[in-house]
Formats: sequence, C-alpha cells, structure tokens
Amino acid sequence: MDISRRGFLKISGTALMASGIGINLKPVAAHAQPLKIKYAKETTTVCPYCAVGCGIIVSARDGKVINTEGDPDHPVNQGSLCSKGGSIYQLSVNKNRLDKPLYRAPYSDKWEEKSWEWMIDKIAKNVKKSRDASFTLKNEKGQVVNRTEGIASVGSAAMDNEECFIYQKFLRGLGLVYIEHQARI
Amino acid sequence: MTNHWIDIQYSDCVLIMGSNAASNHPISFKYVTKAKENGAKLISVDPRFTQTSSKADIYASLRSGSDIAFLGGMINYILENNLIQEKYVKYYTNAPFLVNADFKLPGDNDGVFSGLKDAKYDKSSWSFQTDSAGVAKKDMSLKDPNCVYQLLKRHYSRYNLDIVSRIAGTPKEKLLEVYEEYAKTGATGKAGTIMYAMGWTQHTVGVQNIRTMSIIQLLLGNMGVAGGGVNALRGESNVQGSTDQCLLFHILPGYLKTPVASLPTLAEYDAKNTPTTVEPNSLNWWNNYPKYVASLLRAHYGTGVSLEDSYTYLPKLDDGKNYSWLSLFDAMYKENFTGFFAWGQNPACSGASSNKTRQAMGKLDWMVNVNIFDNETGSFWKGPDMDPKKIKTEVFMLPCSASIEKEGSITNSSRWMQWRYKAVDSPGEAMPDGEIISELFYRIKELYEEEGGPLKEAITQMTWDYGPKDIDGKVRHLDAHYIAKEINGYFLEDKEINGTLYKKGTLVPSFAFLQGDGSTSSGNWLYCNSYTEKGNMAARRSKKDESGIGLYPEWSWSWPVNRRIIYNGASVDPETGRPWDKEHPVIVWNGSSWVGDVPDGVAAPGAGRPPFIMKPDGVGSIFGPGLVDGPFPEHYEPLECPVESNLMSPQFVNPTIKRWDKEGTGTDVDARATCDPRFPIVCSTYRVSEHWQTGLMTRWCPWLAEMQPSMFVEMGIELAKNKGIKNGEIVTVKSVRGQVDAVAIVTDRWKPFNIDGNTVHEVGIPWHYGWITTKMREYVHGDKKPEVFTFGDSANIVTPFIGDANTMIPESKAFMVNVERKEV
Repeated sequence: MDISRRGFLKISGTALMASGIGINLKPVAAHAQPLKIKYAKETTTVCPYCAVGCGIIVSARDGKVINTEGDPDHPVNQGSLCSKGGSIYQLSVNKNRLDKPLYRAPYSDKWEEKSWEWMIDKIAKNVKKSRDASFTLKNEKGQVVNRTEGIASVGSAAMDNEECFIYQKFLRGLGLVYIEHQARI
Repeated sequence: MTNHWIDIQYSDCVLIMGSNAASNHPISFKYVTKAKENGAKLISVDPRFTQTSSKADIYASLRSGSDIAFLGGMINYILENNLIQEKYVKYYTNAPFLVNADFKLPGDNDGVFSGLKDAKYDKSSWSFQTDSAGVAKKDMSLKDPNCVYQLLKRHYSRYNLDIVSRIAGTPKEKLLEVYEEYAKTGATGKAGTIMYAMGWTQHTVGVQNIRTMSIIQLLLGNMGVAGGGVNALRGESNVQGSTDQCLLFHILPGYLKTPVASLPTLAEYDAKNTPTTVEPNSLNWWNNYPKYVASLLRAHYGTGVSLEDSYTYLPKLDDGKNYSWLSLFDAMYKENFTGFFAWGQNPACSGASSNKTRQAMGKLDWMVNVNIFDNETGSFWKGPDMDPKKIKTEVFMLPCSASIEKEGSITNSSRWMQWRYKAVDSPGEAMPDGEIISELFYRIKELYEEEGGPLKEAITQMTWDYGPKDIDGKVRHLDAHYIAKEINGYFLEDKEINGTLYKKGTLVPSFAFLQGDGSTSSGNWLYCNSYTEKGNMAARRSKKDESGIGLYPEWSWSWPVNRRIIYNGASVDPETGRPWDKEHPVIVWNGSSWVGDVPDGVAAPGAGRPPFIMKPDGVGSIFGPGLVDGPFPEHYEPLECPVESNLMSPQFVNPTIKRWDKEGTGTDVDARATCDPRFPIVCSTYRVSEHWQTGLMTRWCPWLAEMQPSMFVEMGIELAKNKGIKNGEIVTVKSVRGQVDAVAIVTDRWKPFNIDGNTVHEVGIPWHYGWITTKMREYVHGDKKPEVFTFGDSANIVTPFIGDANTMIPESKAFMVNVERKEV
C-alpha cells in the first residue's frame, strides 16, 4: 500500500493504521518453547541516548518490538549497553507515547485531538502571519537583512542528521535568526 | 572528540575532569578500563567523589568554578620543571611566536589583559610581531621575553601551589600528585587524554576551562596522537550531528559563519571569512571557504537561483548582536516573539532559570512542540503556578517517531556518522520529524504562492527534492537517502578535475572536489565523502582494521573524510616523519605516501608543513587571540560564588560576560546572590545513569523511573549534621531565583572545602525531573506497578541566567543555594 503522505493526512483518523500490520506468526511461535526472537525481523540501530553511539539490535514481530539488545558486532560497545540503552524497548512499547496531534486553544484548560491536516494548515497560517508581520527587509542602518525576529526555534539534537539539515534549511528559508538547540546548553 | 572512544585504551594517563564518565557515558569506561589494564593511570578531578572517582588511581576534589586555577597550576608545574615535549612545542605550536610588546598580562594589569574597555576587549595588542613580509617573528630558542612561551611562563607563575590550593580547596600534596602524574605524558611516545563534559562548559569561563587543558595537551605533545587529544563527551546521541548541521544562530552547516548585515554581497562575505596566510608552508585549509559556501547555497536553492540571490535570501544578523539561547528566552520574556518552535526539546526544564523560561512561553501567540512524550514545555500552561485561563498561547503538540521508527543517520561524539534503520511503524498517527518539517514546508510554500508576502522567493524557490514525487510535484515519502546525498553533494554540471571527468548528477567524492563557481552542491562540506558513488558510507559494517590501533576505518564513516584521529599530522616528528609513539603509530610514511589513518593534510616528512591545517599559521594556538576573554585563560570566580574576592587578582568575575542582572538591563527574574548569607552553599548540577537530560524520555520508561524515582540533593555528612537533615528526608533547595523540593541523600562523597581558611560546603542536584510524573502514566499490561511515583521538578528552577563569555552556555555548574528541611 503506497499512499502518499498527503493522502495519509487526509485519511488518518478514519482509516487508522491499515498499513504496518504484517502476518500473524503467533500460532507458529506457540509450538514448543521457541527462542523469544524466533521469526522476528532484526534491524540494527544506534542508541538514542548519550553520544557514545552504541549499536543495538531491535527484534520486531507483527510490527511490534519484542526485544532490544546490544549489538555484539559493534566495535565500540561490543554487545554491552548501560541501563538506558538496555531499556529502549520501553520507548517503543509504551502506552504513554503521543500518538495524536493535540491542540490547546488560547485560554483553554484542555487538549483537543485534531487531524494532522487541520494542525499543519493552522500552524502554516500562524507562521505566515507572524513572519509577514515581523519580516525585516532592512535594519535601522538601512542594511539588507531579510529576516524575521518574530519567530524563534529551539531543537533538536534528538533528530537525525538529515532532519537537522532540512530543518535548518526550512527555518533559514523563512528568515529565522533565533535558531538554537541543545548544543548551547 | 579529536580522537574516538576505542582510542582511549592507548592512553598512558586518562584525566577525567568536568565529567563523570563512569555514570554518564558508561560504555566509554570499557576503554578507560582497558587503558588501566594496559598500565595507564586514571585521574579523577571532581567536586564530588563520583563513580568515576571510585575507579581512579588518584582522586582530587576542587570547588566548582576553580578549574582554571587547578589547571593553571599544572601549566606552571610543567614549565617550572621543564617537562614539555620540546620539539613538538617548538614546531607544532605558536610558543616561539613573538607577541606585540604592548600586550599586557593580567598579573601586570589589575587582573585583565590589555585593551579592556566597557566589558569588551580591543585586541590590537593581542597580535604577533611580524617581519617586512608580514610573517610572524619567531624565537626558536623560546627565550625572547615577548615570545608566547615566556609570556605563558610568566602568566602562570602566579598559579603556585599555595594560591591554587586556597582558591580550589584542593590540598597542595594532592595537586602535586595530579600534576606529576599527568605531566609524565610529556615524554616522547607517551600520551595523555582528557575526557570532559558539561562540568567544564557550563561556566562563565567555560571555553577557557577547555583552553587551559588544550594548552596542556599542546605542551605535552598529546594532540594528534593515539591515546591523546581533547575529548568532549557529548551528551546526546546526535548533538554532534545537530551541531555540524548548525542548528545554531551563529553558524551555517559545516561551521560556516551566518551572514551579517554589513556583508551585503557574497563576495564581501567570502572576503571577510576566508583567512589568508603568509606563513610559507602553511596549508590554511579554510582558504577553501568560498567553495563550501557556494556549494551550500546550491543545496538550498539549486541552479535555478543565482549564487548571489541565494546569498541575499539568507537571513542576516545585526553585527555584534547575540541571538543565542539566553538572549532568545530573554527576548521571549520581553514579548518580542509571536511564534515559537520547541522541536524535540524541553526548554521548560532544560534551560537555565526555568521560572523565567516558563513564564516567557506564556507571552507567545503560538507554540509548536514536537515530541514523543508529553512534556513540561508543551503542557507548560497547566504546570505549577500557571492559570490556563490567563494564558493566551495557542499550543500545537505534534507526535513524532522514536529513533527506531524511521531511517537516517546520527553522529556520535567520535564524529562517526552511523546509519539507523526503521524497525517498526510509529504509534498511532505519529510521524518522523522529517515528514512533519516537509508537510509544514509544503503548506507554507503553498500559502506564499497563493497569497504572496515579503521575500516569498526565499521559500518558494527553495529546492525540496527529498524523495520520489507525486504528479503535483511534491515528495511522496521523505527519503533520508535523498537528503544524505544532498548533504554530501552533487556535480551540477560535467566537470573535469585533474584529468578526470565527473559527470553531472554524480555524487562528489570528497570536499577537495567542491567548487566555488556553483558547479557543485553540498549541504555540508564536512560531510562531503559520506555518501558517494561507492554508496552510503555511514551504513558500513566491516570490522576490517589493519591499523593496529582500533581505527575500524570501514565501520560507518567519520568526518572529515573518514579521518579517525584529527590533527594526526602532529603524531610524527617534523624532520624525520617518524611517529613519536612507535608502538601506536597513527600514520606512517612508507617512502611515497602516508599509511594508517587518513593523513591530516600532511606533506612528505621534512617538508616543513605545520600540522594544524585549519589554523592559518598551521600551528596549535597556545596564545589564542580569537576568544573574547583573553589569549590565555585566567581564573575568575563564578557569577555566584562563596568568596568575597578573587584571590588571583582584583578582577572578581569574567569581565566580558553579558550581564542580565544589572540594573536597567534585566528583569526581576534575573536576580543574583553572591557571597550572600541567605545562600551560603555552592551548588552544581549533574546526571545519573538511569535518566537522560530533562528525563523527558526516561521518566516515561518504568524500568528507569523506578531505579531513580525522584529529584534529590546530595550533600555531605557534615553539612547535613549542621542543618539537622537526615538521609531520605524531603528538603527544599533554594536560590534567589526559585526553589525545588528534593530527597536528601547524605553521603561522604561530598566533603567540605577549605577555601582560604573558610569551610565551604557544596551540594549537587540532578536535572532529570519535571512536574510531569509517573502518576500520570498509563502502564503496559504486565508491567509492574510502581511502588514509588517519580516526583520533583527541574534543577534549572534554581540555576542562574548567565552564560559563558564566548558561547553563552549557562553557568549551571557553579551557583549558590541554601538547603532547608521542608516544613510539613
């Protein structure tokens, strides 16, 4: 199933998670006492916590993480992990993960669930309004500056390199100068 | 890190200072342990006896904020006893350079360097004497009283054992023990390494803390060699990468300077930022600056926009204005912003002076918060002391994917760019950050195309070719490989270089091939070579290693150009080219070329090329005029400290820091209380193994939350006795800016300091907590229900709103508090 991301935005909320559900292997696994990770799909990853960069193997079955463990082939950690790295299973299998866009209206005391399409549209309009109202073509000295000082951004060292690159590109395209993140603190 | 994790095992002496690596970078300790097994000595210098200290051969305590005094004493010891690696110092550093005779040291100038005016230095006297050709004059005998070496010696002669001990509270014999052991690595063939973290950066003299150690490493010949280097243990999985991609106000990807208003054209910008040199043998690598800028502009706007227009589209800073973290939140507090993105970050807990930060968020029109869990930033409007009915801020909380739910790369502290794969789909409607950015980009672009707006071209003409596209011209699914390739860069036209034809549309092999005429693109020149026609280098998993020193050159990829130890040209003798350390050579001359690690701009042995190729003069800067607060580090007290004066000089604190607490410049939340009887105890923040940063991710993980459930304050037995506090009691930690409740942990890991005859206590608090606790947590079926709920709020409620003079990193490691039993 290859729905475009915009298509997904439109159907999300009505056709929840039709994709991503694989073949159910539970009946097979019930036979005898198989290894926990039998029939699991293994992928390698790198720990999302500190910057040692330890290798981790993630085992998933039926689209769900069933085990995570240190990657014995990784030359730095050689299979070992600390308490945090050893627990990344719980980042995925965790009922408290945010799974819906939430909106808090001005002066409201509660969150409301909204669709992605609604959120993206409203944020985009806010960005445009803030940018257009604050955009400075020339500073007080008459020098060309082409910037907005009406919007700021912080984050994120938690993103991948590729995401960091396009994020800075996006922000600088908008003209932001207040761009900061974890490295500063 | 100039070196890398595996390399630590080749060290002869490991100094861990400003870091508790055993607890906070636990796997790094695998290599500290190996070094010890190989006979290395481990030295731990820390205000608190930590897990790292417990494994050390030598432990020395010091009062938070006295690191320059402590290390300045080591420089004095090394020079007094002539323990430098002489040839290295003469050929690879600026020690022989002659400094302008007008230059004055703080010892001769009331505690400041020459040129200070209105909290800013005029650096004209911080310059070198030059000959008629403009080349710096040198005295290779190191005897001229104006040479850097003699000035260094004179400057640190003031840092004798007696005064260092009075400032730092470290016993003299302990200072001597540390100095003697570490200085042994000055012997040719020996290597010493430093592992540091936020314990050094989070000070008003943070950069100078690191500078002091860098000077020591140069004096002892420890840069560029296996088991040496200056090694920052970075705290986030991709904080190296996010810094390289420059999500910071002052730099563009690859550490290029953000344009300023006084440089309206690309030519003026290039001229200003491209260093030149008259040193005859220096490579001066930054000479290539214009090529990297042109390639970045192409990555932003493609060939459809001229380089000049692409440069014009980039936002310009006002000259001299600071837009960094503290300035940002100060501006937010003063209602200068209408909109704010807190993307993958929790500033309500992570920023210094949380009360100010949290109040600032209520002064916005809208805020976007992207994260994987609910957090104190997105939900700030319902936090402590907040009345939602009075808070106007419209908040959008967007759910994003965790690391194992998307594909892409991250860069570790060793500069290794490692590829990660998607294991499972994201929960519910959560999306990868990249997809969210892309959706916003497209919608905003559409609005500008439909409605217009100021300089709309900066958005509408931006290239966005990050995956296969739909009929509407938009990317169907964001593909990290497309972005990684753009970061590496393409040839945008057929190009012949050194007799080889590179076809349009092919990936650039390395940054040496990037062009200044717009015929190449590269989103980040430092990463050029990471994704080439040979494939995705970051995804490599070969364990082949012929280096003998654990370089693993075919495992992932390291910037720059897969070099594993930077400045490795300094690992060999300048005349013979033979490695200083014959047992652990980093590069070896085989008669026609260098083998081993990727050589760092090294010419043939004896060619005379200095090895620090990113410096215009090619040598390591013992004299460093580039910083705003002095060419040599000088001890100044933290903004909040327990002493009434600086024993070293009449200048109390760093004279060049930006102050918010002065009348007329600050607000009521920027209060400072130094040497104030209400706040007599030094406080420092730190981390524990089981939590990460503000605890945003770890507090939601039951295994981790149960191991470290609560905010605590660790204090010594003597202090607890004075205060009538028992282990396990709930106490309040107060500063002039706020207060936070914590469980008292009374240990003998904290000892009182003898500071110039006075008893000074210090306490420590972790910063992993926030008002969102496990009481709000839903459990997965089968998980054990917690016996204790997490509790506590952020340590940053009490930290000061003040930053380092160069970087503006907040001073969260040395400030003043009081601790009191909580009245029930």
